[in-house]
Parts: sequence; C-alpha cells; structure tokens
Amino acid sequence: MKLLYFAWIRTRIGRAEENVDPPSTVQRVGDLLDWLEQRDETYRTALANRKSVRVAVNHDYVAFDHLIARDDEIALFPPVTGG
Amino acid sequence: MIRIAESAFDPSAELAGFIESCGPDLGGIASFIGLVRGNQGEARIDALTLEHYPGMTEAKLREFEETAQTRWPVSRSLVIHRVGRMIPGDAIVLVATASAHRQAALDACAFLIDILKTQAPFWKYEERDDGAHWVEACDSDNAAAQRWVAE
Repeated sequence: MKLLYFAWIRTRIGRAEENVDPPSTVQRVGDLLDWLEQRDETYRTALANRKSVRVAVNHDYVAFDHLIARDDEIALFPPVTGG
Repeated sequence: MIRIAESAFDPSAELAGFIESCGPDLGGIASFIGLVRGNQGEARIDALTLEHYPGMTEAKLREFEETAQTRWPVSRSLVIHRVGRMIPGDAIVLVATASAHRQAALDACAFLIDILKTQAPFWKYEERDDGAHWVEACDSDNAAAQRWVAE
C-alpha cells in the first residue's frame, strides 16, 4: 500500500511517501500506525501522539478503526491549518 | 469553481472576473479574502509556506462547494487557495458566493471558509524572527466550523 506523509509528520519521518507491505495482521488504520511505530524511532516520534494524527484513505477522512486494503492510498498528517 | 494557485494571484482581479461571470440577474455576491499577516503576537512573520495534499485538496474543495450549493440557493461560487511560499500581504485564499439573496450568499461564504480551514488538507509553515515552525490547528476555527454542523 502507498503511504503519504504531510507537514511535520513528513519532516519527522524524513520522507513524503513510501510503499509498504505490512503483515496480514494489519487490518485497520490503528494496526498500521502500531506497525509503523515499531519499525523505528522516527515513526514513533512522528506518530506517538495519536490525537495529532489524522488519516485519509483514498482522499477521505477515516477513523483509526477503518479497515484498510492493499491497494489503498493512505495519508497521515497533523490537523489541517489552511485558509 | 475551485483553483489551487501555485503562484501569487490578484484577489481583486479574480473577484472582478467572478462578478463579470455572474451576469446581471444574480442579486448579490459575498466574498472573503485571507491574507498573510505580518506578525503573531510579538513575533514578526517573514514568510508563510502552504503545503497541501494534491488530489485530496481538489476533491474536498469540490465537495464543500457542492454542499454549499445544495444547502443554500447559491448559483455560483469561487474558491482559490494559494500553496507555496508567501510573504505578508500576499493573498492566501479567496472565497466568493453569488445568490439572489443576501443572507444565502453571506452564509454560504462563511460556511466555505470555515469548513475549508478545518477540513481541507492544507498546512501552514511559518518563518518568524523567533524561529520557524508548523502552525498548530486552532480551537476557535473548529468551533466556527462546528456551528454549521449544529444548525
């Protein structure tokens, strides 16, 4: 699946996007965040405060219990500040 | 109509074009223009950079426009949002709505800017004389957007 990162989540992780292949136990958005966090320290730093992480799957906002699919585009970003 | 502007835009010229496009039978136009401010409290702002999520941004702005046009008798609307690096005084956003009725135009315009601020995927990065940082989301913006849900 394709992951995209924006704003300070992007700068903390150190990349704008990547393709990942998590194990089949990763079924929901929350599982994906847990799996990313245990990969290394940079993800932990970026994602530790879950209250500041927003998730969009295929351009729509979703909650952490949303079921994800292999071909999803999943974006992780902080609360938006446009306008 | 929505547009993501990669470079500076002139809100006066855009608004004039919008008024022109509305024709003579519309009644009224409401608009909001957001500019980069020059200071935040004691700190001087040197520049503001807007990052966005291409694809989702356009999808969300179109969705908000459709919601506004369903909810109010608004015949036309325009949303232009800058991305990239700006300096104080530059236009960040222009929202304009046209309707036969004053209140519908004003309400739809307020709705669009409130919902855009809290749900469109844009992020502000401020360069200030006391350092540079990502701007944090603001509770008062969430409250402003919430009133359109509550009604």
